[in-house]
Amino acid sequence: MQEVEMEKFTTLQSKAIPLQIENVDTDQIIPARFLKATDKKGFGDNVFRDWRYKKDGSVNKEFALNNPNYSGTILVARDNFGCGSSREHAAWALTGYGFKVVVSSFFADIFKGNALNNGLLPVQVSEGFLKQLLNTIENKPETEIIVNLELQTISVADTNLSEAFEIDAYKKTCMINGYDDIDYLLSKKGTIEAFENAASI
Amino acid sequence: MSKKTLFDKVWDAHVVDTIENGPQVLYIDKHLIHEVTSPQAFNELEDRGIPVFRPEQIVATADHNTPTQNQDQPIKDELSRKQLEQLSINCEKNNITLYQLGHKYNGIVHVMAPELGFTQPGMTMVCGDSHTSTHGAFGTIAFGIGTSQVAQVFASQCLLLTKPKSLRVSVNGKLKAGVLPKDVILYIISKLGTNSGTGYFCEYAGNVFEEMSMEGRMTVCNMSIEMGARGGMIAPDQTTFDYVEGREFAPKGNDFDKKVAYWKTLPTDEGATFDQEYFLDAADIEPMITYGTNPGMGIKITENIPTEDNASFKKSLEYMNFKAGESLINKPINFVFIGSCTNSRIEDFRVAANYIKGKQKADNVTAWLVPGSKQVETQIIEEGLKDVFDAAGFELRQPGCSACLAMNDDKIPQGEYCVSTSNRNFEGRQGQGSRTILASPLVAAATAIAGKIIDVTQEIEELELV
Repeated sequence: MQEVEMEKFTTLQSKAIPLQIENVDTDQIIPARFLKATDKKGFGDNVFRDWRYKKDGSVNKEFALNNPNYSGTILVARDNFGCGSSREHAAWALTGYGFKVVVSSFFADIFKGNALNNGLLPVQVSEGFLKQLLNTIENKPETEIIVNLELQTISVADTNLSEAFEIDAYKKTCMINGYDDIDYLLSKKGTIEAFENAASI
Repeated sequence: MSKKTLFDKVWDAHVVDTIENGPQVLYIDKHLIHEVTSPQAFNELEDRGIPVFRPEQIVATADHNTPTQNQDQPIKDELSRKQLEQLSINCEKNNITLYQLGHKYNGIVHVMAPELGFTQPGMTMVCGDSHTSTHGAFGTIAFGIGTSQVAQVFASQCLLLTKPKSLRVSVNGKLKAGVLPKDVILYIISKLGTNSGTGYFCEYAGNVFEEMSMEGRMTVCNMSIEMGARGGMIAPDQTTFDYVEGREFAPKGNDFDKKVAYWKTLPTDEGATFDQEYFLDAADIEPMITYGTNPGMGIKITENIPTEDNASFKKSLEYMNFKAGESLINKPINFVFIGSCTNSRIEDFRVAANYIKGKQKADNVTAWLVPGSKQVETQIIEEGLKDVFDAAGFELRQPGCSACLAMNDDKIPQGEYCVSTSNRNFEGRQGQGSRTILASPLVAAATAIAGKIIDVTQEIEELELV
């Protein structure tokens, strides 16, 4: 059996891209017409496709990802990010584009799980902190954000702006070490078989 | 003994192991798969040399990416054809039952599985599709998973999960005429909001759900995810047992009786507590429609669009080309879609046919009726509903997810409105630039006849007067 090569995550310092939109659903992150592939490659090219490009195919310069002032591997979005469809293609599209962290004040359950299973760290912050963070980035796009998974903190470099975030202890260990759930579940096979044999219903 | 909820009982019966300060290992009874979210999971197992652990507990169907016309002919779109071929290859290689395109049991995964008796009370079920919550209508813990989790279930028949919090929505009282299960769930989501259920599993309780058919309960549980809840559940009762009994893969004879005895122990104990509770009055509910770009943006069909001063709300109205404060009554509509895992069961087509009978579709409307499964399609024909639809100018297509997510050719054109019985009104959901208005099959049928949104409640009153 081959070990997985999920990328390890400890700390990250990067500029960030602000996405001032609430309830970003996974249909926006990767529209359904791009779900016909049978591998995980190439989804990054089509991330936020219908927001990045206008109806006539030209680049939508107003969209944050196309704004030359912004760059970095951290996406900062408003409340309820990743709602809707369970498509893991959304996580593949974001990591494919180069994102390593998504910050929001709220994440949809399935998206959060999918992100963690792909080495993309969802950082949930308070609404107040999110507002400050978005303002800071918009006022000064070169602002560096520091995400420290071990300490579970997100801070703005050269300022006092910082907040702690929560993450499931098990998932944190997986992210830091690059483990995935399959390895753990396979190690439990004996227990699972015993459960099946004992099941009376 | 502590009081337990329906959810607690089913969950606790499936816990294999618990990681200290971490998630639990939950056993999965049934795993449903389809062509879009499974190929990468099969690849992963193959790459790592891991066999599928319990292939007999997996059922596959082709639904998301299938054409709804000429299903007997090769699929024209190359990528779609390859994706379906890949599903066939993967299922054959791993000894998984597949109801492929054209099979008499083929259909939308959340329509065909209950119909065949795969879905049973007290089970845990998963599928790489967020509308897996549908199966909760049977008192089943059923939820959508990502492709990494599909691979985990393939490998171990288990998932690592943290037990969600509990939520109960009770709706009691008498529903008005013309108010369908779809209106009930759209009303709930409009009141509670699109992320109110995140982190929770939701139980629906009260006489409104007790009196609902299984089809109606499936419509309600289906949209649990649209308020963020991973799943919704309704306590199994005689209606549930009667629906399950006699179905192809349901337990038979003595086995069935034993199961029923167990299923009767599942409803939430009197006095069990929930982390969050909501109580709604059935009499407040009216036929609903949505005006925005998430399913929480719903109003009674007679109400005006509300006014809100925030950027996301404005962006949403701008996309829909609606104005705050306006009524949607008399809005011309050129597309109507009756289908999807929310509303494509026989009952939905009976409601539509009953309204349509003797009327003619408006000339400006393209109306697609897409059954949820081959079995529903057959039933539509056998019950004579197809004759009603044909005579009125509606187009009955072949089963599949179709214009709900527009992965196939069933796309609503740029800028057009579609009154749709599906579950999501996200930007571009039904095709690039399309504008979706969610509604019940009754409202959708009435829209197709009038060529515009009408106050169906008034019509029902008039009908009753006659």
